[in-house]
Amino acid sequence: MSDCILQIKNLCKKFGELKATDGLNLDLRPGEIHAVIGPNGAGKSTLIKQICGELAPDSGSIEFLSHDITALDVAARAKLGLGRTFQISSLLLEYSALRNVMLAVQGFRGASYQMFTPMAWDSSLREVAMQALTEVGLQQRGDVSAAQLSHGERRQLEIALVLALQPKAFILDEPMAGMGAEGSKKLTEFLDQLRHRAPILLVEHDMDAVFSLADRISVLVYGKIIFTGSVADVRNNAQVRAAYLGEE
Amino acid sequence: MLSINREQKLNLLIIVVILALPSAALWLQEPFYITLMTKVVILALAGVGLNLALGLGGLVSFGHAAFFGIGGYVAGILASHAFNDEWLFSFFGLQVSGSSSMLLIWLLAIIVAAIIAAVIGYFSLRTQGVYFIMITLAFAQMIYYFAIAWPAYGGEDGLSIYVRNQLLSLNTADPMIFFAICFILLMAALALVSMLRNSHFGAALQAARQNEQRLAAIGIRPFGIKLTAFVISAAITALAGALFADLNRFVSPDMLSWHTSGEIMIFVILGGVGRLMGPIVGAALYVLFEYYLGGITEHWGLFLGILLLTVVLFARGGIVGLIAGELKHE
Repeated sequence: MSDCILQIKNLCKKFGELKATDGLNLDLRPGEIHAVIGPNGAGKSTLIKQICGELAPDSGSIEFLSHDITALDVAARAKLGLGRTFQISSLLLEYSALRNVMLAVQGFRGASYQMFTPMAWDSSLREVAMQALTEVGLQQRGDVSAAQLSHGERRQLEIALVLALQPKAFILDEPMAGMGAEGSKKLTEFLDQLRHRAPILLVEHDMDAVFSLADRISVLVYGKIIFTGSVADVRNNAQVRAAYLGEE
Repeated sequence: MLSINREQKLNLLIIVVILALPSAALWLQEPFYITLMTKVVILALAGVGLNLALGLGGLVSFGHAAFFGIGGYVAGILASHAFNDEWLFSFFGLQVSGSSSMLLIWLLAIIVAAIIAAVIGYFSLRTQGVYFIMITLAFAQMIYYFAIAWPAYGGEDGLSIYVRNQLLSLNTADPMIFFAICFILLMAALALVSMLRNSHFGAALQAARQNEQRLAAIGIRPFGIKLTAFVISAAITALAGALFADLNRFVSPDMLSWHTSGEIMIFVILGGVGRLMGPIVGAALYVLFEYYLGGITEHWGLFLGILLLTVVLFARGGIVGLIAGELKHE
């Protein structure tokens, strides 16, 4: 199991009497897309927050690239290579799309205490940022402020920001949220290729996307993974259908 | 190609006016107006310091009087020991004297304020919003009451500086020369803040104001960025405090009081939060109101209040924003 990129063991988090995460085990292996699905309130967001460091678990551990990162803060985990996107776009709205990505590249390089040279003159920052924008199809929108981007473009920018971090694992929190059919289809194709760069932990409601992308699917219900298996396994599992997929 | 936008034109105009007024006063042999403009320049410098934290970092510090006052007391204490020819302190044979050297006073004011800002920032920057405002206020009030209860340096009555401190071989008692010293320091501080604003650090700092969650997610810890800005901000305001003490040849706990924190904040808000020259415009208006309306009525603060209210309600970018339009990045 030591070849796992991300390994979560016995993770627990209670809010009052509510067990949002209840002895949860989960891993992410090289090259795979591991989707986590579950009904609303199953604890998906709480799980993501604990993986990324926004929320401290009550007990259990999170290992990333063989480091125990349970006690690290958000920025430290990002520096180690944990790249996450937000369910609700979290952008720097006053900055242009390009400047958003440039700052991400700057974060990746650890150059944020350079005080003497203008950031705008840093052409290597600009080039790498422009590359990330081009990859998500925003190359024409670099100069537009993030506040003026459409919802779909903001989702694209979220992805560009995480690409700029060159992460060793992607944690994608509902990347399809609010995207149209066309956008979802494009993004699905994009993520299909992305897995070759780094494995993806994908939390997603869009079942078409999940079923077409995932190598493994874990089903989260009441803070517990009740089942992990391939797409076919999940489709055929009675427990999963009862808990989540309903009667089809 | 050199292109110049509206705000840069306005900035140039402001600098020209600041230089022209004392020169005219000199020509008209009205040294009082030189001193009045010196006051504007010094208060503007204090505002430039706060603007770094408040305007760029979104850190609403209601305790910047602490740093202004610390600068003032460093000047006052060093000068009084030098004047009385007493040791500043004597510790196991190590004897340190006071000083009337401005360079030394400025350096010490900056260092002391930076250390205290690091401590205040370390605790207060763990909080946000109204809690941050209250904690910075509480720290500043602690220092204020400490100064009041410190009889060695005048306590409530303050401390006089009998002879203006010295810089190289200049005649610092000459109003125009002292103005020039303050003006050069203001320009240096503006250059520093302008450089920081455009730098990698400045981009991260302004990002911390917009969205800390995002900043952390791209691997930049907001706390360190904000603390660094807070310390630099305090150092600039302390430098202004040292000059203010030299201008008045007097330092008192008033410089440390929450009124002063509020005044520095008013300079920034009136002129335009986050605008490079905002604090200069704000400080100029403030002194203008205080001097001219203050000569007519003791309730001049009422008119300042109305102006402030108008700016906050109808011109969120302050006076600079009103003239130069919205702030642009890059």
